[in-house]
Amino acid sequence: MSAEIKLAKKKKRSQNIAFGLFTLTSYAIVALLFVILAFIVIKGIGVISWEFISEMPKNGMTEGGIFPAIVGTLCLVLVSMVFAFPVGVLAAIYMNEYVKDGILKKIIKQMTNNLAGVPSIVFGLFGMSLFVNKMGFGDSILAGGLTLGLLVLPIVIRTTEESLKAVDDTFRQASLGLGASKWETTSKVVFPIAFPNVITGLILSIGRVSGETAPILFTVAAYFLPKLPTSIFDQAMALPYHLYVISTSGTNIEASRAMAYGTALVLIIIVLISNLLANALRKYYGKKVKMN
Amino acid sequence: MKTNFKQIKEKIIETILMLSSAATSITVVLIVFFLFVEGAGVFNKKPIDDGFLLAVSAENTVHKLQPSQIKDIYDQKITNWKELGGKDQAIVLFRAGDITDYYTEEELGENFEFFPDKINELVAKTPGIIAFFSDKYKAKDFTGRELDIDKIKVSEFLTGEEWFPTAQPIAQMGVKPLIYGTLWVSFGAILLALPIGLAAAIYLSEIAKKRTRSILKPIIELLAGIPSVVYGFFGLVIIVPLIQSTFNLPVGETGLAGSVVLAIMALPTIITISEDAMRNTPRAMKEASLALGASQWQTIYKVVMPYSASGITAGAILGIGRAIGETMAVLMVTGNAAVIPTTLLEPVRTIPATIAAELGEAPNGGLHYEALFALGCILFIITFGINMLVEVVTNRKSHKKH
Repeated sequence: MSAEIKLAKKKKRSQNIAFGLFTLTSYAIVALLFVILAFIVIKGIGVISWEFISEMPKNGMTEGGIFPAIVGTLCLVLVSMVFAFPVGVLAAIYMNEYVKDGILKKIIKQMTNNLAGVPSIVFGLFGMSLFVNKMGFGDSILAGGLTLGLLVLPIVIRTTEESLKAVDDTFRQASLGLGASKWETTSKVVFPIAFPNVITGLILSIGRVSGETAPILFTVAAYFLPKLPTSIFDQAMALPYHLYVISTSGTNIEASRAMAYGTALVLIIIVLISNLLANALRKYYGKKVKMN
Repeated sequence: MKTNFKQIKEKIIETILMLSSAATSITVVLIVFFLFVEGAGVFNKKPIDDGFLLAVSAENTVHKLQPSQIKDIYDQKITNWKELGGKDQAIVLFRAGDITDYYTEEELGENFEFFPDKINELVAKTPGIIAFFSDKYKAKDFTGRELDIDKIKVSEFLTGEEWFPTAQPIAQMGVKPLIYGTLWVSFGAILLALPIGLAAAIYLSEIAKKRTRSILKPIIELLAGIPSVVYGFFGLVIIVPLIQSTFNLPVGETGLAGSVVLAIMALPTIITISEDAMRNTPRAMKEASLALGASQWQTIYKVVMPYSASGITAGAILGIGRAIGETMAVLMVTGNAAVIPTTLLEPVRTIPATIAAELGEAPNGGLHYEALFALGCILFIITFGINMLVEVVTNRKSHKKH
């Protein structure tokens, strides 16, 4: 009897130790995230001012602002989304609404997965070879934007597919039953219901695009360019590349540290806002759709 | 008539949709095509800078040399033509800059106008010479013989132990140190991230209350959203100095710094995928275990973990894949020394970091440029293989379920 109690106690104790460890680890990861965020926020918040986000870099990028980098990143986001959003959404509609289960669907799915697994630096090589050299765009917002667009294409497709899948089949049946065609059903019934979730995917892709560095290294990014781009065939500065440059190879690394913290904070803010916005939208519309 | 028009419209729309869905496949094919076309060029060129040549005396019986032999000659590991199948004669090394050892400045002329003649003369009178100089110094009546150089072989490229793509006279393109560097850093990262990630996954799926989980999960997913360049920056200002002082190293930019940063970056992937796998364990199995008197912890490691083993494996493999392909963070913290690492406490250089660091300086279409594309091919093949492996592992699981 007492041996059994001992065994039970031992069992209990090893469970407590294990569970304690797991709990601790999980909270440590969360703490780590907060350490990273807090570190950059505390060091960067003092740098951020109206001057910082609205002026050109000065003095070998140790003073002044990061305005051209912000504008460059916005341009890149715009170009990449103008390409990736329609193509991705149409592809997802085809995958979810049109094509039947079978070999074709399997191949497309596999290829989309493969594209998602390609390292970002390989996109950079590809973009340089195809857009910059072969198609002759040169180092330009167009070349960089298209490269980034290809990079996020799998993400847009995946999130759109998920949102279309979440639409109840009864909507489709009702619409088709009323004599609507396949495209009418898709465009007037299914897509409007899925739209909020599609937008969520779009916002997440924007967050991803604005932080990517490797694909733009050789397709668009300028080390220092104290003017704004005037067309999509211009070179541009970009936030992530700017952070890389001033933290590793600037003219005076120590002097530009403050600028680096500020730039990192701006990047983090963009990513945080896009994540929070996406989550909020998902929650808000998630409730609304359920109520209907 | 109207229905006809409508049908045509539907058909057109369907075609457009189909074309869009082909976009990813086309991109993958294009990536493979461009990468391999550019990368293959490195095996079709002589590994010597454009516009330069290696010449020997006309009497020399050696006609063709391999890149590695030329390197050994200039490293003075080979000092006699006999070792290369030629006459028994000591090798005399000569680079264009050495000319002043043989001739005075007056002899060469004010603007080096006699430079070509003097090289010609030198090569003619020194039977053991091997001369490396620019095309423009090659005299019209050059009496020496230009050496034929072998192209780089694929096997040399893969097993070569030195990466000096801009070395003169001969470029050294051995990717072994880069492959080793990549693997060391990635496996180091997984060794750190896997236990931590698994512990968190177990907590989230089996222990945490629903409410706690719904708060923690988005926070962990947020870790995946932070741009890699920000991780690199964080690593550079926090982790690198920390490692330097902890291990008392001359530099903190080491493979270990790369592994730590990559481990943090791989955590969300590992946690999300393993947690999904664990939550898929059928409730009946868990309850059966509990009903037999097993504790919750015993149930976890004797039932839940074995059941979700393939999911956990998939998560780990995917984490390695991410780590291998990661560029910016690694570039910023690993120190980028292209030597075969012996410990994680020395600077290493990975394949993606090499591409990112060197492509900007490599002239378009040159040998170095093509070598970097060949590196891209290797990277693509590795990550592609890893994705396929994940596919196999996860498919095996779904078969087992049925």
